[in-house]
Amino acid sequence: MFQAFLIKYGEIGIKGKNRYLFEDALVNQIKHALKHVEGQFRVTKEQGRIYVEALEEYDFQEVTEALQRVFGIVGICPVVILEDQGFEKLAEDVLSYVKEQYPGKNPTFKVHARRARKDYPMESMEINRELGARILEAFPDMKVDVHEPELLLCVEIRQKIYLYSEVLPGPGGMPVGTNGKSMLLLSGGIDSPVAGYMVAKRGVKIDAVYFHAPPYTSERAKQKVIDLAKKVSRYTGPIYLYVVNFTDIQLYIYEKCPHDELTIIMRRYMMRIAEQIARNTGSLGLITGESIGQVASQTVPSLAATNEVCTMPVFRPLIAFDKEDIVTISKKIDTFETSIQPFEDCCTIFVAKHPVTKPNVNVIRRSEQRLEEKIDQMVDTAIREAELVIVG
Amino acid sequence: MDINMEVYLDNSATTRCFPEVAALMSQVMTKDYGNPSSLHQKGVEAERYMREAREILAGNLKVQEKELYFTSGGTESDNLAIIGCALANQRAGKHLITSSIEHPAVLNAMKHLEEQGFSVTYLPVGADGRVQVEELTAALRPDTILVSIMHVNNEIGSVQPIEEIGALLKKQDHPVLFHVDAVQSFGKYRIYPRRMGMDLLSVSGHKIHGPKGMGLLYVNEKVKIKPILFGGGQQKNLRSGTENVPGIAGLGAAVQECYRDFEAKRQRLYGLRSLFCEKMEELAGAQVNGLPGEESAPHVVSVSFSGVRSEVLLHALEERGIYASAGSACSSNHPSVSATLKGIGVAKELLDSTLRFSFSVFTTEEEICYTAQVLGELLPGLRRFYRH
Repeated sequence: MFQAFLIKYGEIGIKGKNRYLFEDALVNQIKHALKHVEGQFRVTKEQGRIYVEALEEYDFQEVTEALQRVFGIVGICPVVILEDQGFEKLAEDVLSYVKEQYPGKNPTFKVHARRARKDYPMESMEINRELGARILEAFPDMKVDVHEPELLLCVEIRQKIYLYSEVLPGPGGMPVGTNGKSMLLLSGGIDSPVAGYMVAKRGVKIDAVYFHAPPYTSERAKQKVIDLAKKVSRYTGPIYLYVVNFTDIQLYIYEKCPHDELTIIMRRYMMRIAEQIARNTGSLGLITGESIGQVASQTVPSLAATNEVCTMPVFRPLIAFDKEDIVTISKKIDTFETSIQPFEDCCTIFVAKHPVTKPNVNVIRRSEQRLEEKIDQMVDTAIREAELVIVG
Repeated sequence: MDINMEVYLDNSATTRCFPEVAALMSQVMTKDYGNPSSLHQKGVEAERYMREAREILAGNLKVQEKELYFTSGGTESDNLAIIGCALANQRAGKHLITSSIEHPAVLNAMKHLEEQGFSVTYLPVGADGRVQVEELTAALRPDTILVSIMHVNNEIGSVQPIEEIGALLKKQDHPVLFHVDAVQSFGKYRIYPRRMGMDLLSVSGHKIHGPKGMGLLYVNEKVKIKPILFGGGQQKNLRSGTENVPGIAGLGAAVQECYRDFEAKRQRLYGLRSLFCEKMEELAGAQVNGLPGEESAPHVVSVSFSGVRSEVLLHALEERGIYASAGSACSSNHPSVSATLKGIGVAKELLDSTLRFSFSVFTTEEEICYTAQVLGELLPGLRRFYRH
């Protein structure tokens, strides 16, 4: 019965002269989200509102779920569109709308009319009053409450008449693309997809980098990361995923450096490589799923040692999250099931029994000197030969 | 050697379809696509394919055509045999016997029956990977109704003494049904259920260069068995559902091809196997599991490589175009320690260092040599980076 959706947006409404940039980005993101939905839709921006109109049959749930993944949307109002055939017909339609949407519920209500087309013969207040009276007449058990109505019935008079009362919650945040681009270090675990999702929610476009180590990690582990990127891209739009072959670097570190420092040194090289790819491809920051104390390489000293190698800002949205909270979000965004598939990633495969938890940066640097002979060239090769997979 | 060479040594997981099988199936799907239950000409044509396949299969097994049932694969055949017989014969007793190294299709069907109030004895295997007939004798009870033992083990290729078991069961003073899971052995052995004392036999299409999703169950006409699928009453009401005509035709054609020049093919496989084993023995730190020569199946070899993780070796081989299996491919999605390897006493530190290589009629001597050579090149490097 709903032919359109009115999109409500919060935060971006207050961004002053940049407002149109945010609105345009939101329109783009909505269009993108609807590309994967069956049916034809028109997305329009008019008088400070964004409308999504269905041009043919569509699946209500499919559309609302797609819209609920578009950052920047605060609320989604399903709208009934009526032809203007005089007030009598309008009143009739309003009554059947109430009857259909709230059968036997008798909510307290308020009519909120808005006359965008000023040549309509009645004023807003008049419409409110008249429609209110008709409703009370038809449903004697309903009461008016102008302050906190359970049912706020909105009637917008445009070329056609738009009728809506329900608001489905949107994800909030800001439209992707309004806040630059950053590079997500995507591992295949539970945390990194959540981190990407959270930063994207602040309007940041996401690229991703994945380190694989064949034959120590399998083709299926790589496929799992692609699947995860695909899940995240349902929120962020297309993701450019750079797959870096890390085997040679990893083996070289394994051969030359103390094994208990292996993970830290490895992660430092991952950061270096990610940062270089980020620079080459226009990202301004890095994103990781690190959370203080979760594993040996994420203690504060370890994070400090890892962080030291890059100058770009590193966004760690999960830094103070407990694991359960991260799991809750990963379930919400549907990455959890994929994340827990048991394939080894390159972080776990060579991990020492007792890795250092309080690395001393000077010691680590000294260990890295043992790599001098070949490492720069290996890093260059890894970056040059990274495979680009476009996901979403 | 061509570096883009593809060497497929995972034929116990599945096999490449014979081209003539694929061609026949394509014809059945696109031209003679009728439903064998239809009364019109199209139905009659479809039925003819089934009848021909039935004839081939019955002739091959030396059983009656009416004793054959088409299923969706080895798993369904095993389930139907075990659950169907248990349900139909439970008044005679509720005890079943199987081995601890069966395929999950048997083990989990047994587990399901345990939940329904049946009791099951799981026989251990010796270091040779075989069930001891004495242990089976000892496990038999007056209320034993069914024994299910696989012919050839899918992980190490050990061959069970099924004829001995068949004879033993026939000597009991109460009837004990004998089911044999021949998924790994059919096509590599001549199997004659009557002569060998089997009441039920499971076979799968895709292990013998036939189609996936196609299985066969032989049920001796005297066996009481109940269906586990319910529907339109096809196949004498034991296995409802429109018959998979292309699959059935394909299975028939695959069997025909497998058993053409059978002895020569079999000897050739044994030749490849012993060549491969010889080459493995030459590699440092490699050990062939199971029995040598004709005491093992001709197409499966299990090899443990000390100091290497099997999955890593598998992927390293893959990079060189060689496809093998870590344990058994049927369960490699959830890596767990192999009960079979443990059962035959493979050392604990080698359990996760074991690969299975399995051959087919398409395997060549050149491929065997190439594989051995690549293994020789890879192992020292991989051992350097082994996590202890």
